Amino acid sequence: MTCDMSTTFTEQTEWMLKVRDARDRAAFAKLFDHFAPRLRGMLMKNGFGAAQADDVIQDVMLSVWRKAHSFNPERANVSGWIFQIARNRQIDVIRKDRRPMPEELAMPESTDIDGEQVLGIEQEAASLRAAISRLNPEQRDLVQKAYLGELSHSEIQAETGLPLGTIKSRIRLGLERLRHELKGER
Amino acid sequence: MTDIAHHIPEALLASYVSGTLAQPFALVVAAHVSICEECRANLAAHEAVGGALLDAFDPISITDDLRNRVMAGLDDDIVPEPVRPRGDNTYPTPVLEALGSKPPKWRSLGPGAKQCILNAGKDGSVRLLYIAPGFAVPDHTHGGLELTLVLQGAFKDETGRFARGDLEVADDTLEHTPVAEEGLPCICLAATDAPLKFSAFVPRLLQPLFRI
Ligand SMILES: [Zn+2]
Repeated sequence: MTCDMSTTFTEQTEWMLKVRDARDRAAFAKLFDHFAPRLRGMLMKNGFGAAQADDVIQDVMLSVWRKAHSFNPERANVSGWIFQIARNRQIDVIRKDRRPMPEELAMPESTDIDGEQVLGIEQEAASLRAAISRLNPEQRDLVQKAYLGELSHSEIQAETGLPLGTIKSRIRLGLERLRHELKGER
Repeated sequence: MTDIAHHIPEALLASYVSGTLAQPFALVVAAHVSICEECRANLAAHEAVGGALLDAFDPISITDDLRNRVMAGLDDDIVPEPVRPRGDNTYPTPVLEALGSKPPKWRSLGPGAKQCILNAGKDGSVRLLYIAPGFAVPDHTHGGLELTLVLQGAFKDETGRFARGDLEVADDTLEHTPVAEEGLPCICLAATDAPLKFSAFVPRLLQPLFRI
């Protein structure tokens, strides 16, 4: 199933795969230079002071390095994966307790990639970015507040104005493929 | 696994992803996602929204000092993370973690019902409920949000049937009397943000006598 479509993945996915599969430091440095300044933007928006933001960025980026083995581009894009690590870290810092986490799915032994599936995830992530940029300012502000932890669950509207149906089905395909693969390995 | 009929509402998933969901509810979400592939995918979709928002932030420059610190940190030994318990046929991983991987310490709630409180604080509480076949689920709260996830067996109420993996979302507008089905005892993970009201258990416990 190995395929050489990998040249068409986004830079971020390429870097992340090099970190995951080859422990490539140069690729990690590129990930850092891309994501650390954006994490800083997000943390400042969340009211973190400069020093505290730096600590969180350091922890998050080192987690990216250490947890790279659990990155699966068939189920998540790099930004979503890093966002989730960052939110966990922020919760640790703010609440001093850990958020209960779902059981993680086992990773398949092989690092073969279904290029089409990865591209599908990337395309869906890109259309999500486009959909966010098309929201009117109030909606966009609400979505940002909802996902950055400024709204309680009862304040979050079920209808965000974002089309999530297609990305959900795409991720579900990735999960099905994984389950199939894991069955084959047993 | 595929016949789960009642899933996590979107707003709760978004709230879990954002980290604002109170700990008791977050445990129920994590437990459901552990055994529901549909919600696992949905959760990942909400994380992707977070990722898209992260992408859109204006970058703020990083000091060389921080960059050097992080690059130097790559040489640190990686301390392996503790191995998490594997979910069994009843208790998913996050519930086992909340139990400290020990069997639940059940306390009687009267005939046919037991509970084991996993966590209770100002954010609300989360417990395991054990309901013998044919008995009613004791109603412990009035007001606020209540999430009930079935881990074993099944119950029925005015709104439908809930079996393993099904999540019932109730607020104070729902008047219901869930009754455990015949067969296996029904074990649920139940979270609420209302304060505990032990006295409220008593009248409800008499109900099976009248209903069966
Ligand atoms: Zn579900």
